[in-house]
Amino acid sequence: MNAVSPEPLHRTLGLTDGELGRIQELLGRDPNDFELAVYSLLWSEHCGYKHSRLLLRRFPTSGERVLQGPGENAGVIDVGDGLAVALKVESHNHPSAVEPFQGAATGVGGILRDIFAMGARPIAILDSLRFGELDDDRQRHLFSGVVAGVGSYGNCVGVANVGGEVEFDDSYEHNTLVNAMCVGLLPAEKLTSAKATGPGNLVVLYGSKTGRDGIGGASVLASQGFDESSADKRPSVQIGDPFTGKKLIECTLDLLDRGLLASLQDLGAAGLASSLSEMAASGGVGIDVDLSAVPLREADMEPFEIMISESQERMAAVVEPGRLDDVLSVCARWDLDATVIGSVTASGLLRAFAGGVEVGSMPVDTLVDGAPRYKVAQERPARLEDRPRLFADPVDPSAALRAMLSSTDCGSRRWVTRQYDQLVGSGTVVRPGGDASVVRLTPSARAIAVSLDGNGRRTSLDPRRGGMSIVCEAARNVACTGARPAAMTNCLNFGNPETGEVGYELAESIEGMSLACEALDLPVVSGNVSLYNEHFGRAIHPTPVVGVVGVLDDASLAVRAAFREAGDVVLLAGDGEAALDGSAYQKVVLGEHGGRIPEPDLDSERRLHEFLAQAAERGLLRSAHDVASGGIALCVAEAAIAGAVGAAVEADDLFGEGDGRVVIAAAQADVAALRELAGDLPLREIGTVGGSAIRVGAAELSLAEAAALHDAGIPNAVGA
Amino acid sequence: MTRVGVVVFPGSCDDRDATRAVEAMGAEPVALWHGDADLRGTDAVLVPGGFSYGDYLRPGALASLSPVMTAVRTHADAGRPVLGVCNGFQVLTETRLVPGVLRTNASMQFRFEDANLVVERESPWLPGRTAGDVLSIPIKHHDGCWFAEPEAVAELEARGQVLLRYRENPNGSVGSIACVTNERGNVAALMPHPEHAVDPLLGSTDGRVLLQGMLDLARQPVAV
Repeated sequence: MNAVSPEPLHRTLGLTDGELGRIQELLGRDPNDFELAVYSLLWSEHCGYKHSRLLLRRFPTSGERVLQGPGENAGVIDVGDGLAVALKVESHNHPSAVEPFQGAATGVGGILRDIFAMGARPIAILDSLRFGELDDDRQRHLFSGVVAGVGSYGNCVGVANVGGEVEFDDSYEHNTLVNAMCVGLLPAEKLTSAKATGPGNLVVLYGSKTGRDGIGGASVLASQGFDESSADKRPSVQIGDPFTGKKLIECTLDLLDRGLLASLQDLGAAGLASSLSEMAASGGVGIDVDLSAVPLREADMEPFEIMISESQERMAAVVEPGRLDDVLSVCARWDLDATVIGSVTASGLLRAFAGGVEVGSMPVDTLVDGAPRYKVAQERPARLEDRPRLFADPVDPSAALRAMLSSTDCGSRRWVTRQYDQLVGSGTVVRPGGDASVVRLTPSARAIAVSLDGNGRRTSLDPRRGGMSIVCEAARNVACTGARPAAMTNCLNFGNPETGEVGYELAESIEGMSLACEALDLPVVSGNVSLYNEHFGRAIHPTPVVGVVGVLDDASLAVRAAFREAGDVVLLAGDGEAALDGSAYQKVVLGEHGGRIPEPDLDSERRLHEFLAQAAERGLLRSAHDVASGGIALCVAEAAIAGAVGAAVEADDLFGEGDGRVVIAAAQADVAALRELAGDLPLREIGTVGGSAIRVGAAELSLAEAAALHDAGIPNAVGA
Repeated sequence: MTRVGVVVFPGSCDDRDATRAVEAMGAEPVALWHGDADLRGTDAVLVPGGFSYGDYLRPGALASLSPVMTAVRTHADAGRPVLGVCNGFQVLTETRLVPGVLRTNASMQFRFEDANLVVERESPWLPGRTAGDVLSIPIKHHDGCWFAEPEAVAELEARGQVLLRYRENPNGSVGSIACVTNERGNVAALMPHPEHAVDPLLGSTDGRVLLQGMLDLARQPVAV
């Protein structure tokens, strides 16, 4: 009987025959198995961005506040007063779909490490989550597990969770999306780099011991779609230890404060293999690593396993030999292992040794920059429609508003946010629940406003306009607090880019986002790509998730979404085009999905943001709330519920969604000043605050009923 | 200036907030490292919130065995003020400096919210407040369900050791009890976070009441 010939190793590891040929060419010889494992991970989509890098070049990345753009662990911007802010969002989608609690927890742990690797103290976490509809046990399990996991890690390390978003749609039934964003604060002069320098310097690994968890996670989980074998992938999910994560934060900030580290890098996807090659490549040096020196959790690990393990809570630092003793003693104070595992060389090679024997030697530039750059084919999906659909007016607008308030799509997110510590750090001036949250930058009077947004349903109807729109929305959310949007980070969640339709969605979304960034003067300083989010060939909605940070010069002038005073005038600032296509109304009330979303007017958007910033500075705004999911009706209802005061507003199009509109409230005496400030930006009086009912056009219900419906949507769906 | 020690365990999260709050009250904060059985001459001790030693074994259990807690016990035994907040409450129950235990919330979930706390009685810990007054102070915990046996609860109620009750019980605590003291009254502990309620920009300033009580006690001669 003939033996079935086994699949060649490189294919098992996810490399194509062409990619193997390229490795052979770059090395001038055949790679050994150890080297092949390292290449397969660094050239995976997750680490190597081989299908996305050419497209990502489109993003504008420079701006006068930018201290560090893409390419480091996180982007960093100058926020004034000698302070800088680090920001990044990253996906942990595939692990969370396999094991929701640990997948989400380690997603938070990973993004925290990216931030403190820059020398910043993490001050805010946001999470952007997507699941299938909650009418299913598995989705409820995933949702509650992910929320508990995000909360567990953030709460235990003492970093406030200040916001994010949740979307439910069948498109995510088999592909949970968990994107975690972190913002950190640092003195601008303490900015730290991952760039390894100085041959002869030592490489110190500190933090947790290395085990078998997460072996090959980057290639196994993050770079393939799901099929019937997904359950077997559970051992590839990392396990988080927030207690060690907390010690790692404090220890790292202590080390940096004492000026003991020459450079610093966290260990994430592909473990030592990725971290050491990135440190060496960015410094233009080589690194020799002795894998036998790495403290292990399990005794019998193979050298390649040590090299690629994704065990959490580990950092790699370059240390001058004269400072080693001080480094080791600081780590000992925080009860963390710290071990010299290698040294910086001038060879330009990443050389790995085990038991004194060289097990692999690879030029670092081939690992980091050698991955092929594929130009993705682009094919316009047949599902895309050319024009908006026609919608009949709702038969009963009040019933429609009730249905939307109590839906999981528009209902209060309090079930999620009450599981998160929103206050630790004593900086949270505006808590989650409105548009953006505001975090004070103590001891400065300044604050940042931060928002994290995505909208897969709208983006899927026109990826370019959707890309534009989501950047506008995240920036507008920040602008509603009175902050000026300053920088952006993003996570691109898409299906398999090797299919032309997803290639089109990816390229068009990036184009749309870039156009909006240029118009709003919003540099992209960091980001992450999560591709292959599909199940049996069915891709998720194209879901770019955008995090925007804005700067407020005076935290005490921050504006909130909630109505405050009965008798205030309600105004609509901006008059952007709206449509029901892709809206929450279309989903909740009509049970449909289709049409085409309007194109945002980027120039008006920019003027709207500037108007809001100036009006806030002059103290003219009692409240400001973005018109987004659910249209004007939901916008007014949310502002009323949050302020525990009713409102009556005239509107024809209650539920249409689009960009460029904000509902503000102002004292009657300030309306003239607002009009003058608005100039030719449309500013229309639409109603007044007050009473115990919410009336928007033909829809009306009592404030108490609205609040009860709004609060009940998610708890009822989860059954808790 | 009154000096307030803020204990720092590995895993403490609110030590920085507590430090700032002590400063905001016009007192001098002093960091007390868990490994040192030395209170550095401080007049009062604040055991802050967080997840000391990762909450391994039980929240507060490992911290109760740390060297610094030996010194805290001596300080408490001398009648000097000690305030435990959240994880600090858990640590103080584990060291038996205050009565009861803290179990997992009835919801089995972490809870963050602004809690309304009803003042049970006048106390040096609650200067200027009388029974029935309401304080708004945030809670944020997973294991804040205070429990003691009914006889023990009755005894400490009778002795006036209950200072605050939740108006809306967020965690299942027996008798909605939010804040208890030791028998002598110099050690107080609660799950809500006074250090997060000292600045009007962040919401409530009602946390100042308990912090002022701690400072007042620190300035008094020790009552025997």
